Amino acid sequence: MVLSYREALNQAMCEEMRRDSRIFLIGEEVGHYQGAFKVSKGFVEEFGPQRVVDTPITEAGFTGLAIGAAMAGLHPIVELMTMNFGILALDQIVNNAAKIHYMSGGQLSVPIVIRGPGSAAHQLGAQHSQSLEAWFCHVPGLKVIAPATPHDAKGLLKSAIRDNNPVIFLEAQLLYGTKGDVGDGEYTIPIGVAEVKRAGHDATIVAYSKMLLLALEAADHLSREGIEVEVIDPRTLKPLDLHTIVASVKKTGRLVIVEEGWRFCGLGAQIAESVYAAAFDYLDAPIQRVTGEDVPMPYSRPLEDAAIPDKARVIEAVKSLCGTQ
Amino acid sequence: MPTMDRVDLLHLYRQMLLIRRFEEKSAEMYALAKIAGFLHLYIGEEAIAVGAIAALRPDDYAISAYRDHGHCLARGSDPGHVMAELFGKATGLCQGKGGSMHLVDAPRRFMGGYAIVGGHIPLATGLAFATKYQQLDLVTVCFFGEGAIPSGQAHEALNLAALWKLPVIFVCENNRYGMGTSSERAIALYADVAGTARSYGIMAERVDGMDVLAVRDVMRKVVEQARAGQGPFFIEAMTYRFMGHSMSDPAHGHYRTKAEVEEHRKRDPLLLLKQTILSNNLGAETDFVQLEREVGDVVTAAVKFADDSPFPTPSALYTDVMREE
Repeated sequence: MVLSYREALNQAMCEEMRRDSRIFLIGEEVGHYQGAFKVSKGFVEEFGPQRVVDTPITEAGFTGLAIGAAMAGLHPIVELMTMNFGILALDQIVNNAAKIHYMSGGQLSVPIVIRGPGSAAHQLGAQHSQSLEAWFCHVPGLKVIAPATPHDAKGLLKSAIRDNNPVIFLEAQLLYGTKGDVGDGEYTIPIGVAEVKRAGHDATIVAYSKMLLLALEAADHLSREGIEVEVIDPRTLKPLDLHTIVASVKKTGRLVIVEEGWRFCGLGAQIAESVYAAAFDYLDAPIQRVTGEDVPMPYSRPLEDAAIPDKARVIEAVKSLCGTQ
Repeated sequence: MPTMDRVDLLHLYRQMLLIRRFEEKSAEMYALAKIAGFLHLYIGEEAIAVGAIAALRPDDYAISAYRDHGHCLARGSDPGHVMAELFGKATGLCQGKGGSMHLVDAPRRFMGGYAIVGGHIPLATGLAFATKYQQLDLVTVCFFGEGAIPSGQAHEALNLAALWKLPVIFVCENNRYGMGTSSERAIALYADVAGTARSYGIMAERVDGMDVLAVRDVMRKVVEQARAGQGPFFIEAMTYRFMGHSMSDPAHGHYRTKAEVEEHRKRDPLLLLKQTILSNNLGAETDFVQLEREVGDVVTAAVKFADDSPFPTPSALYTDVMREE
């Protein structure tokens, strides 16, 4: 079955909510409006306003409320209209959701999914275009997932909902309309397992979320020039499946990491450090990173384009490693 | 004046006395470096925790801020396990991972102490949201100081609680100072903190927080109403902290005078209840001597338990970061 990324998310939540009455969806415009991006289309009609809870614009308040509800045995899904607004809920996410299990010596749990779209999406300006995965990945006690395809989005969201820990589920607004086969019937994808999205032997690209699509386009292009790139999507950013990445790097000897977030202290820096520690002797060249620029996202189209990775920069990075430039 | 029962009143006195003597001993242990970090004493405010929690059922939820020893002990937690937590021992309530500010006793529905001012108030609304969702006739009591009132999270939580008519009772322990800043210098409506809640349409009233019976009476009334679905409620309990904000802050100094502290000590909640018991011929001096002896033994045993207990082993460092199953 071919679904859009948006429909895949909808289906994942719908199937899980039918299965388990402890699950409820809460956030701005998730009910009567059908979701700011229509991810929860049809939900309030099927599940009612008690389980599809429209909130005022109060991210700290409703995220904290959902964390409290999780402590009492419910399984909330918090939809942040965009992950940028998660900054308003960061105290709740970092100080409460991530720490309560540990601080209580394992007495309390916070089974919650906090999800929503992030990253640049055609000139939304500096406050609505951020890729904040590194912030969340930095915090012990959180799992962080950033799927790129409808298939992965559905399977991983179902796993996230069933997980007994706080899970940050990062979507990308520009992925919502992308389509892909999700197969028929129910399935889940385990958290913490990467996937080789394209096999190759000359170099490895690690890319996640929207950047995976860029990496695959670059790989297609490079293939026509005789360079076969292996593309790996970690899918889960924390816990990171380092094993799959390292196995590929041992084969190719070259690694490019593509991320849309800011370069300084970005997730790629951590992946590179981990790969250096595990496979330094296998590397034929220093790891290359293709990242967002260290600037607030500008509005103007050419400036925005210049601030985020594009296909040409990924191709250039691979070629520089392969000595063909 | 409601009917007074000797056993009942002596029990309330015993609970307040336990908190008082437990905390005096904690201060001693702090001076001996058996306890480190922050230690915020509740001395002077005992009538609020004891009176409020006396109005609850064992399965109701209670949650507090960082000045939480009193609430935890009033909920019935074992003093030995509380003291062991302050000592950072493996036998502590939270296996030494929480400390003074993060006591949790899940089986007693004490859902924790939280140390970001205002940050636990949304959690309380979430506990209440959950019990309503689960169609249970439970209430949640949330304790915090008046210093939390100007915080955004408090307002977000009050609005959500009122909007969704949640069975939560906000108990504001108004001790007149947020650390060293008097409420006159911090809260626009300092003369009527309960008015903050009223502005959200929450029924609110002020009570003498030094009078354990007054606190219990008003709590019995609002707990019953909240249980019947008429919540939320807000109680402003007027009190006074006899000690400094924490162990590094003297009881009086640059922000309040010795005379002011002495004046408030005349209305010590233990003294007031003792006078009530004696003047109503419900007890004699010998009863209080007996209670002192019993409580003294309990506190001595708690210290011995904590002292004799082992520290956590290094292997505990990584347990309970994530819930495994």
